[in-house]
Amino acid sequence: MSFVDVTMQLLDGFKITLLIFVVTLVFSLPLGLIITFGSMSKFPPLRWLTRTFVWIIRGTPLMLQIIVVFYGPGLIFGASGFPRLTAVLVAFIVNYAAYFSEIYRGGIESIPQGQFEAGQVLGMTKFQIFFKVILFQVIKRITAPMGNEVITLVKDTSLARVVAVSELVKSAQDIVGLKAIIWPIFYIGAFYLLFSGLLTLLFGYLEKRMNYYRG
Amino acid sequence: MPILEVKNLYKSFGREEVLKGISFTLNKGDVLAVIGSSGSGKTTLLRCLNFLEKPDKGQIIVGGKTVFNADAQEELDEQALRKNRLHFGLVFQSFNLFPQYSVHKNITLAAELLEKEKYKGQKLTKQQKKEIQDRVSRNADELLEQIGLLDKKDAYPCELSGGQQQRVAIARALALSPDVLCFDEPTSALDPELTGEVLKVIRNLKSSDRTMIVVTHEMEFARNVADKIMFMSDGIIEAYGTAEDIFTNSTNEKLNAFLMKTSG
Repeated sequence: MSFVDVTMQLLDGFKITLLIFVVTLVFSLPLGLIITFGSMSKFPPLRWLTRTFVWIIRGTPLMLQIIVVFYGPGLIFGASGFPRLTAVLVAFIVNYAAYFSEIYRGGIESIPQGQFEAGQVLGMTKFQIFFKVILFQVIKRITAPMGNEVITLVKDTSLARVVAVSELVKSAQDIVGLKAIIWPIFYIGAFYLLFSGLLTLLFGYLEKRMNYYRG
Repeated sequence: MPILEVKNLYKSFGREEVLKGISFTLNKGDVLAVIGSSGSGKTTLLRCLNFLEKPDKGQIIVGGKTVFNADAQEELDEQALRKNRLHFGLVFQSFNLFPQYSVHKNITLAAELLEKEKYKGQKLTKQQKKEIQDRVSRNADELLEQIGLLDKKDAYPCELSGGQQQRVAIARALALSPDVLCFDEPTSALDPELTGEVLKVIRNLKSSDRTMIVVTHEMEFARNVADKIMFMSDGIIEAYGTAEDIFTNSTNEKLNAFLMKTSG
């Protein structure tokens, strides 16, 4: 199998990797914010419930969560459950939302109380204070840890392989098994490196863009 | 009729009683300086007036209208609370400007939101929105002119000195034209050479229709600018009167001991 053939076949797998990456981000970024509000709620039962949920998600392997989402419904309800890719997406979105929620919470709690109070004495609503004053400052402060998490996601997509979704690693393994050549499995490292390299540049650019002010 | 009437205000944090029955009145155009040692309750009093703390007992009446009553049966909803809070403005010790916005935007942000809220329920045309923005923006320019920082309107707070930041914070509070403007130790976070410019701005704000309450450690400022001076100690008003009453003719032992200490 030629280098070009292998590359073309791996690109098919990379499409799935990219799909998991993008869909996970699109849904987990806002979902994380909702979880943050839950874990910062003034209503204790909601706070405990949310924090227990975050504990479970962060306290178990993502691979196990994928398995549970894919096989769980069938075992418990006898239903057919989710298709493979959907199960993977659900597990990824929930898992990353939990991690993001903790980064958001850290960011929000790091904003000085005076910023909230300044908004209050200026007659702004809680909603206005959050979206017009606090949110942007939080985004600036959490860009670095978010960059970390997003780059981790690039590599975590390989866990989808556990329920036989043909992402990049599985595509490479298929070639290895079928054609008895070993190098494609090493070659995919370049895909991940290139992708995370681009993201590093992107986050560097974002940080620079937000550096127009201090504090 | 006094512009501000505070009746029997009490506030505790846990077991610690910080305000123990504060009552006073203030006439329109008066400048009240509040002095006293740290922990005497000065800042808590200001925070209660601005609804940042909820008093346990007492009433706050502005221009004859009760804006806070601890005995009221019903709790105010957020909307009513916000409306009542706008009778007061507050300038913080640590400025608390919004760092991501320019000086000009810091001043217009809340004013513009409040203006637009007046038209709630109606769909504003682009033209109307523009008119509101222009009006608020012109007002901000005037305020910046007044505090001598019009040339810094596009600067960000981090590019300004502490004194300039505090002057912007004063303009931001003025933009909402509160009935009573409060200052919480406005110069305490500043280097000594910067306090003068801020005090000068506050002094120049004095006018017949602007009522101000200034918590301060600047005795000279209190003596020269304030119409009334309140000396607080352990959560009560120990002495209340004109500069002469307080600085010259006082027989209050606590006050005299305090003045002795602050004059070094």
